[in-house]
Amino acid sequence: MEQLKTIGRELAMSSQGGGWAGQSKEFLDLVKSIGEARSKAEEDRIILREIESLRRRIAEPDVPRRRMKEYIIRLVYAEMLGHDASFGYIHAVKMTHDDSLPLKRTGYLAVTLFLSDDHDLIILIINTIQKDLRSDNYLIVCAALTAACKLINEETIPAVLPQVVDLLAHSKEAVRKKAVMALHRFYQRSPASVSHLVSNFRKRLCDNDPGVMGATLCPLFDLITEDVNSYKDLVISFVSILKQVAERRLPKTYDYHQMPAPFVQIKLLKILALLGSGDKQASGHIYNVLGDMFRKSETSSNIGNAVVYECICCVSSIYPNTKLLDAAVEATSKFLKSDSHNLKYMGIDALGRLIKINPDIAEEHQLAVIDCLEDPDDTLKRKTFELLYKMTKSTNVEVIVDRMIDYMISINDNHYKTEIASRCVELAEQFAPSNQWFIQTMNKVFEHAGDLVNIRVAHNLMRLIAEGFGEDDEGADSQLRSSAVDSYLRILGEPKLPSLFLQVICWVLGEYGTADGKYSAAYIIGKLCDVTEAHLCNDTVKAYAISAIMKICAFEIAAGRKVEMLPECQSFIDELSASHSTDLQQRAYELQALLCLDRQAVENVMPLDASCEDFEVDTNLSFLDGFVEQSIENGASPYIPESERAGMSSVNNFRSPYQQEASGHTLRFEAYELPKPSSIPVISQVSISAPTADLVPVPDMTYYRESDQASKISSVAEASSADIGIRLRLDGVQKKWGKPTYSSSSSSTTAEKATNGVTHVDGGVKSQSRDISHDSRRQQSEVSSEKQKLAASLFGASASKTEKKPASTHRVAKGNTANAERSGVTRAVSPEISKAKVAPSSPPPDLLDLGEPIMPTSTPTMDPFKELEGLIGPTLTPASLDNPATTSGPKAPDLMALYTDMPTGSSSSGVTLASGDAYSADKSSSLAKSVPTTKKGPNPQDSLQKDATARQVGVTPTGNNPNLFRDLLG
Amino acid sequence: MGIRFVLLVNKQGQTRLAQYYAEHLTLDERRALEGEIVRKCLARNDQQCSFVEHRNYKIVYRRYASLFFLVGVDNDENELAILEFIHLFVETMDRHFGNVCELDIMFHLEKAHFMLEEMVMNGCIVETSKSNILAPIQLMDKAS
Repeated sequence: MEQLKTIGRELAMSSQGGGWAGQSKEFLDLVKSIGEARSKAEEDRIILREIESLRRRIAEPDVPRRRMKEYIIRLVYAEMLGHDASFGYIHAVKMTHDDSLPLKRTGYLAVTLFLSDDHDLIILIINTIQKDLRSDNYLIVCAALTAACKLINEETIPAVLPQVVDLLAHSKEAVRKKAVMALHRFYQRSPASVSHLVSNFRKRLCDNDPGVMGATLCPLFDLITEDVNSYKDLVISFVSILKQVAERRLPKTYDYHQMPAPFVQIKLLKILALLGSGDKQASGHIYNVLGDMFRKSETSSNIGNAVVYECICCVSSIYPNTKLLDAAVEATSKFLKSDSHNLKYMGIDALGRLIKINPDIAEEHQLAVIDCLEDPDDTLKRKTFELLYKMTKSTNVEVIVDRMIDYMISINDNHYKTEIASRCVELAEQFAPSNQWFIQTMNKVFEHAGDLVNIRVAHNLMRLIAEGFGEDDEGADSQLRSSAVDSYLRILGEPKLPSLFLQVICWVLGEYGTADGKYSAAYIIGKLCDVTEAHLCNDTVKAYAISAIMKICAFEIAAGRKVEMLPECQSFIDELSASHSTDLQQRAYELQALLCLDRQAVENVMPLDASCEDFEVDTNLSFLDGFVEQSIENGASPYIPESERAGMSSVNNFRSPYQQEASGHTLRFEAYELPKPSSIPVISQVSISAPTADLVPVPDMTYYRESDQASKISSVAEASSADIGIRLRLDGVQKKWGKPTYSSSSSSTTAEKATNGVTHVDGGVKSQSRDISHDSRRQQSEVSSEKQKLAASLFGASASKTEKKPASTHRVAKGNTANAERSGVTRAVSPEISKAKVAPSSPPPDLLDLGEPIMPTSTPTMDPFKELEGLIGPTLTPASLDNPATTSGPKAPDLMALYTDMPTGSSSSGVTLASGDAYSADKSSSLAKSVPTTKKGPNPQDSLQKDATARQVGVTPTGNNPNLFRDLLG
Repeated sequence: MGIRFVLLVNKQGQTRLAQYYAEHLTLDERRALEGEIVRKCLARNDQQCSFVEHRNYKIVYRRYASLFFLVGVDNDENELAILEFIHLFVETMDRHFGNVCELDIMFHLEKAHFMLEEMVMNGCIVETSKSNILAPIQLMDKAS
């Protein structure tokens, strides 16, 4: 049953004939020859020949309609096999006008396959769709609705919307179903245009026809994803539908392999998972039906397992229930134990979801997980890495990251390489056991993933090397730096290094290459020069290299030593001072100038280890306020923000003197005018730069006005003129970049110019939005750093087992620092923030995991401080920390219930044991003492201790690779 | 969105049916995409699982004799269900054509498309009852 018996190709070839009557010999021959083509080249030849003959014949007058339908299908073939058949689009459009249903539907099909929804020809179809929606033949209405789903775009929605809404109440269920889907499509395209109609979906959910109800689940799923809270009232309805479906109340025709409407069940489970997420009350309604489904589950068929898998997803998403969790775990282990790779894959995925609720579930399945990790199947392997990523803690981070890097090296797929590299970085940043390890790991990631790594990571690494891990121990920091220098000098021997990594290397060598006195300045400078020669590097790397050389020279001079210029270094400087890049030139000249300065000056220009100094950047430029005021008093026009200017400039462009200039096209004898007449900002700039010359703007204005008028006259005449080549045509711009319109795109030269014209408008908008995000992010991080500090002092005591939960808050802090970097501050992390950034790697373990679902998903909308206030209490009275449940305030009873509910078996009891251990260990120590352990990158002693606790918890390594298991799953 | 595309490809890598739901791709984009994923899927053996990650989505595929059915889906889609959806599609075609084979689909490309149109709209599975899927197509046959 699994594999349908199909006739072999050759056999079928010979038996063709009768079954395909009604089609022309030509068509049969075409299909046959395509089918028999043995290579892509042969297929291409056939299609190109076909296109040639079609091009001729399709345009002949009086082609019979039936023949035309065949031509259209032949066009579909040509496009499907990758050849342009645009010459025939219009005929497909014409075919939609046909009265015969098969022809009309073929026409619609071809049009939906050929045209995107912003194609010019669509306008010709709208009318047909409108007419067909009014048809008496419901099949024609269905065809039009199907086409509408594909062809109607945001602008044309109003043209058909009223009719589609009317059709929601059509007597035929097929029409109602398609009308629902058309409305769904409109919602996807432009939610605002149908926002007043979404209540229709609720109505259709109660449709008598199960097909319409099933289809309605699709738009409802989208709506609920957007806004869960407005649909909580439907939980009971969904549950009762699911119950009825599972009890086989639907017509038999919906059965698939003895399962009652499995696809509807799956959709319902997805919806319930959304509705029950973090909502105890809603989840309460769902428990019953889920329990029934697990009990009655049918695991011998694929479709049965698909439903079971969806049940597991639902269980892991809604508010946890112990019994259901047990059932889900049992089902998952069946998946994992299966021989089918498909089921194993689903099992790994399910496990990844369940460990979010209870991390100990993974322990049971260590063997299966390792098997999957070592499976030759790439898909399974990746899924397993995803699971490992989710279960990483400080005890197993080394093994997991090492494995990930090994895998990263072995693959070629850049997309996945980028992803896994960023995961390695993220894990390493969060759980690094030591600085040394962190740097080594980063080096490996950079070496192999190279330029795929986000540049932010490089900056983080440089900052980390500069600052150390926030510990006050200068000795450790300098040791870290010199080990970094050592490793980079070694790595420089490698033949090919990515540019991003070279930048880091150059920077570190420049800052710390000579710091510990192990290497001479000449040696490091030599190495830096080698870098630029041995590696084909870009300007950025060269800039880093020359700056590094400059720093080393400066340090030497400051230390009173004489700098001898190596010949290769001199030639490097010479090369750069003649560079096309002004940046490189400047750097080269600066270096040369620096070499001539005396010791005192050099110390001021390039102080030692200055990368850690704080810079205050006054982004408001407030020190200029007085100057600006004075200028305005003197008659200068005030500054207009770029965002407001953007709109104006497009208007200005329209009448700009350039047009006049272009229209002339003959040799001009008078001088060129000054650019951009009436844009005020230019003038204000002028007046600021030369405040004494108050008169300057005035004559300018009059001058421009004159030319403006002249150009106005000419521009009218010229609007229709045809010399596109020279003129900057901005009318095409709007069509290309603005709202989609029906005009055809202009020629490539104008398009190119047009983009130039637009970029600065665009830039204005962009910078504005960046500002906004900047602000909001700063706000967020302020809140979260507060939160983190509190959380660290609250939950820090139980830091023996670190989970990944607070990653989101952590990232916010990081985002902030990265953001600050971008704004040009060398080192923008104030001590508080960096501390906060460091702290969160020690989240509360099981406590938060179990407690999380209690906190409603609406957390972000709540005032975080208010929420925290409730939590502060326990901090102040360390004694109450003894009981993990009390920290979560009024919801404690539920938590306790969960704890007690748990079977006291070997695996689950690990949770309570582990946290119990941690608490008893920390109880004696003061709260203050427990805070330092929360720092990122705990020292070796800490990890040893952790390891010991983990082992106590009762992971007994089995199998032929005990060490691996212990590290991975410990 | 769910389903991004449905592709039928034979074991020589020749496209036999292609329907895209996510966005309209240009010919070149389509060619590149199809070449890339077909190569990926054809290289796999029967022991390996029927899912392949590709860029930021997944491909669920199933082989019937010489024909591969490939369905591109978003990451949160239930892979096993999609696998069975493919089978449902094949069963439906089988009911209509009787012992369906590659050539049936080639000679009746539009009908295969019509069936798919009934089953999937806007990238969502909307109809799974075989009689409902085939009813309009049979009515159309009778009319003509």
